[in-house]
Amino acid sequence: MRSGILGKMYRDGEIIYRQGEMGDSMYVVESGQVELLQRKDDKEYCLAMLGPGEFFGLSALFAQDVRSATVRAVGEDTCVLRLQRKAFMKRAHEDASFMVNMVEKLIQRIRELEASLVRVGEQPYALDLQATADKDHTRT
Amino acid sequence: MGTEPLPLKLSDGSRIGVIGGGPAGSFFSYFFLEMARRMELQVSLDIYEPRNFSVAGPGGCNMCGGIVSESLVQNLASEGITLPESVVQRTINSYALHMDVGSVTISTPLQEKRIASVHRGGGPRGQAPRKFGGLDGHLLGLAVKKGARVVNSRVERVERQDGHLQLIPAGGPPASYDFVAVASGVNSPARMLEPLHLAYRPPRTTKTYICEYCFGRDLIRQEMGTSMHVFLLNLPRLEFAALIPKGDYVTLCLLGRDLDRQLVQSLLDTREMKEVLPANWKQPEDYCHCSPKISTDTAVEPFADRLVFIGDCGTTRLYKDGIGAAYRTAKAAAKTAIFKGIAAEDFRRHYWPVCRQIHQDNLIGRLVFAVTRLIQGQGFARRGIWRMVSKEQQTPGSSLRMSTILWDTFTGSAPYKSVLRRALHPGFLARLLWEMLAGFWVANHHKKEARAL
Repeated sequence: MRSGILGKMYRDGEIIYRQGEMGDSMYVVESGQVELLQRKDDKEYCLAMLGPGEFFGLSALFAQDVRSATVRAVGEDTCVLRLQRKAFMKRAHEDASFMVNMVEKLIQRIRELEASLVRVGEQPYALDLQATADKDHTRT
Repeated sequence: MGTEPLPLKLSDGSRIGVIGGGPAGSFFSYFFLEMARRMELQVSLDIYEPRNFSVAGPGGCNMCGGIVSESLVQNLASEGITLPESVVQRTINSYALHMDVGSVTISTPLQEKRIASVHRGGGPRGQAPRKFGGLDGHLLGLAVKKGARVVNSRVERVERQDGHLQLIPAGGPPASYDFVAVASGVNSPARMLEPLHLAYRPPRTTKTYICEYCFGRDLIRQEMGTSMHVFLLNLPRLEFAALIPKGDYVTLCLLGRDLDRQLVQSLLDTREMKEVLPANWKQPEDYCHCSPKISTDTAVEPFADRLVFIGDCGTTRLYKDGIGAAYRTAKAAAKTAIFKGIAAEDFRRHYWPVCRQIHQDNLIGRLVFAVTRLIQGQGFARRGIWRMVSKEQQTPGSSLRMSTILWDTFTGSAPYKSVLRRALHPGFLARLLWEMLAGFWVANHHKKEARAL
């Protein structure tokens, strides 16, 4: 048993919270990795993989809405630390500078999501080109 | 017509000196360089730290109980600063309170391990050198990653020259700085600052007694688990004692008057302590121990033009969460220097309020600890507290009024103001009074029964 990891420990595949649940906390990964999964219709999409120092669940602190994604531990000995809304809000109002750090990280994550959207957007076009090339090749 | 003096501000090319590479100095450097980067300010920063934190024993130690509080763990996590497993010796999720009337374990309200026990340097004397150098080495490493340069020297004198500050290190050439942050704690002499003739007066201090006992990892896990053990005993000269489990060691911290080996031995001989320590364990002849000073007050004028005092030599929280106070003062000083200026007036307006807030909370803390001392001396009061907290811990879903008050008092997780406010709640007082009376009646009843027998 490891004695020096802060937070709550999760086993591989264990759910930290589920999409659709109400939430009042955000989380910071202390060790290991977690994956953010969003279910739409019958499909499950992996939005991001997060490692030590990265946070998730922030929207529940602001939107007072249900969780938009499921978060699952990946690998053994994943530890996450919970930060409750009240403590977070108190701190955000007392020391706005730490929010800059969060905004920086959120922007980085938005950029990554944009990049993956572009990749997804490019895929059919790339496939079409490939299909056209294949057709041309068949014709010749 | 007179000309107004130019405001003292940092600019591109400014040089910053930090005296002391403990948590206050490292936090300051980390946040200062991060904020400078965001403001596109090209500065250089040198940290003067003579210790090598990877060395075991006094040469690499900053002499402290080594607890990172729940609130600091969360604050650091929200800043993206995690404490790795190589630094955290043990995570703590409960406090065991030991009194002559009984013992009770108070678990963290969220069932999470949120308190970290750490070594401040390379660990106690006799331990093999560590790669990461405990908490202080880790934080210094984070500051270096942000761009700080470590000068492995002790600063012997600080002088003013052409308006700038000159640091004169032992055996090294003097270096001139636009701004200096002093994070030298209260155990290093403040004589180096005498040539400046400052209005600064260091905070008052008291002595603690810290011992490190090597039990081995498995025995600690078996005997103490993930609990920190707090002793509220009616021993002369002793106010408070705590056993903090770490990797292979257990740290014993004492607060009180005229603390010495004799008092330690009296404490180790108590029934309450023997119940926690491994059976037949005897204090070794030779063990790593120290008697460092801790700050109990706030410094007078912890700032001047181009100079600020942070951490213990500025102010800290009374008896608890000194590393958390270092974080708060360091960050407030860094913010002031980057965004407001480095004149004494800038620090008075924007840094001093943070120190004053800690100072005012400490005044309430004195009252809280005075009440604790009163309780220690009264059997019926100890019994009342024990009854109340035991019932709360045994009854699922009950309101944890006493448990959270004790938790926050002993862990330093909440301001003393919040502890006092909750302690003055009529519901809490009524319940405590009832449990004290019940405890008094039970004790009298037992005495009568014993006499009759």
